[in-house]
Amino acid sequence: MAIKDRMSGNEAVAYAIRQVNPDVMPAFPITPSTEIPQMVSTYIANGEMDTEFIPVESEHSSMSATIGAEAAGARSLTATSSAGLALMWEELLLASSNRLPLVLTLVNRTLSGPININCDHSDGMGARDTGWIQIYAENNQEAYDNFIQAYPIAEDKRVHLPVMICQDGFITSHAVENIELLEDEKVKEFVGEYEPEEFLLNPGNPIAVGPYSISNYAMEAKKNQEIAMENSKEVIIEVAEKYRELSGRGFSLFEEYRTEDADYIMLIMGSAAGTAKQAVDDLREQGKKVGVLKLRVFRPFPAKEIAEALKNCKAVAIMDRCESYNGNGGPLGGEVTSALFRFKVMIEAVNYIYGLAGRDFTVSDVCGIFEELEDMIVNGTEIEQFQYIRLR
Amino acid sequence: MKNGIEIRWHGRGGQGAKTAALLLADVAFKTGQNVQGFPEYGPERMGAPITAFNRISTDKIRVHSNIYHPDYVVVVDETLLESVDVTAGLKEEGAIIVNTPKAKEEILPHLKGYQGRVFTVDARKISMNTLGKNFPNSPMLAATVAVSKVMPRESFIKEMRASYEHKFAKKPEVIDGNMKALELAFDVVEKDAQG
Repeated sequence: MAIKDRMSGNEAVAYAIRQVNPDVMPAFPITPSTEIPQMVSTYIANGEMDTEFIPVESEHSSMSATIGAEAAGARSLTATSSAGLALMWEELLLASSNRLPLVLTLVNRTLSGPININCDHSDGMGARDTGWIQIYAENNQEAYDNFIQAYPIAEDKRVHLPVMICQDGFITSHAVENIELLEDEKVKEFVGEYEPEEFLLNPGNPIAVGPYSISNYAMEAKKNQEIAMENSKEVIIEVAEKYRELSGRGFSLFEEYRTEDADYIMLIMGSAAGTAKQAVDDLREQGKKVGVLKLRVFRPFPAKEIAEALKNCKAVAIMDRCESYNGNGGPLGGEVTSALFRFKVMIEAVNYIYGLAGRDFTVSDVCGIFEELEDMIVNGTEIEQFQYIRLR
Repeated sequence: MKNGIEIRWHGRGGQGAKTAALLLADVAFKTGQNVQGFPEYGPERMGAPITAFNRISTDKIRVHSNIYHPDYVVVVDETLLESVDVTAGLKEEGAIIVNTPKAKEEILPHLKGYQGRVFTVDARKISMNTLGKNFPNSPMLAATVAVSKVMPRESFIKEMRASYEHKFAKKPEVIDGNMKALELAFDVVEKDAQG
């Protein structure tokens, strides 16, 4: 029986952390993720979980300590946002290259500057080439569900990579919404005990973690990391299926919403996907054939699957909540169009930048974008292939 | 979301408008509805204007944007009437509820010709009389429920008592004052609505 409750996204993730009860959580506070370590430390103080909580002096240290704990053989995690993630940059790469299956719960917030506390995906996107698996949530429910799936993905022998569980700052993290929770024992059974094969605090089997690697070997290490990322796709799908059996919820790599016969599809990630789905329902009532592809897994990037899902539509709006400053589009814009080209899906693809630093994104914005796509296809109107939404 | 209501709260940082929105989401959830309660932060400081929002519906709520065409607007701090366009997008069939000791007629000139219903509640006075301190958000929350009829008075009072008993487990002496504040604000609105 699902437990019906109402929670903010931060509360939901803290609740999931309590249920999983990992071994070690080093953390340093930063808005809007601060509540997560705050709530976890309250659970610990109340005796509801026995995770070792380590208050540290910076995010550089929180990720370093998380890596140290995980290498020692302890199931570990931390939480952060924005500049906190940026300060972890070097360590993010160490976590993935040392193949440590730790978890980071990221509450997405824009990177400076201008300094701003609100949501966009520039922090997560900045870490897109650090070798981490990245899974994004539409709402508090998905943030909760995704966190529970994080360790089974990370710790799978085919993967052994760190996982970043992302949710939108304030929009999801601070919004109280309905949620269905699983019982503690079901979560514990699903996640299981962590039994690392090799770890530092194992005197019978000494290993080195993070030693110098000469050029004769380093390239192979990197290739193995890439293979692990490729492998993770099937593991993510398997874990999602298992979780769906348990909870009745969830999607694998992405959610396809009313896309079967859609002429126009919006590809979007995070909380704005819900807004897009509402717009799709409204437009469907007017007879418009529109749909939403909500990307859940950004790393590994499901290029082939996305191309396959888009092949029958006439045009896709690729929505980036992040600027790349490359003069050519956002991260999703670049990767989705590259996927379309590689798999020979020659549809129109327009890249929109929206919602930077908390700029709102509404149902009518979505409707306007679908209208523009239709105008381009039906009337042959030329539209800018890379443009901003709601720019003042 | 096809059915249901949307509410926009205007307050200043530190006055509890966000807390009121979250409390409303809480009690509406307990009466079996789908809810959303969330703040929009501007500058992070005491006294800065803040906005908070509620969606309450029997449908699943998926939209994650601010509310531009609310059914109800709640103004927790009347000094905002001078600087914030509080009636922007407010539906004519809805209502605005203002925390003020002033009469409705004195408030009207600040509402830019809003044609819908206007309610005034002296939440400060209610709070001072019942709690001895100025916590305007509890009376404003009750007034909002009374005006919007988002749930029956009895269920609201019952759930709020449970909520306060949980929240103030270590300060039970403030529970009765808070409950009294809710009842008084409810009375003000109901009396006003009867005309």
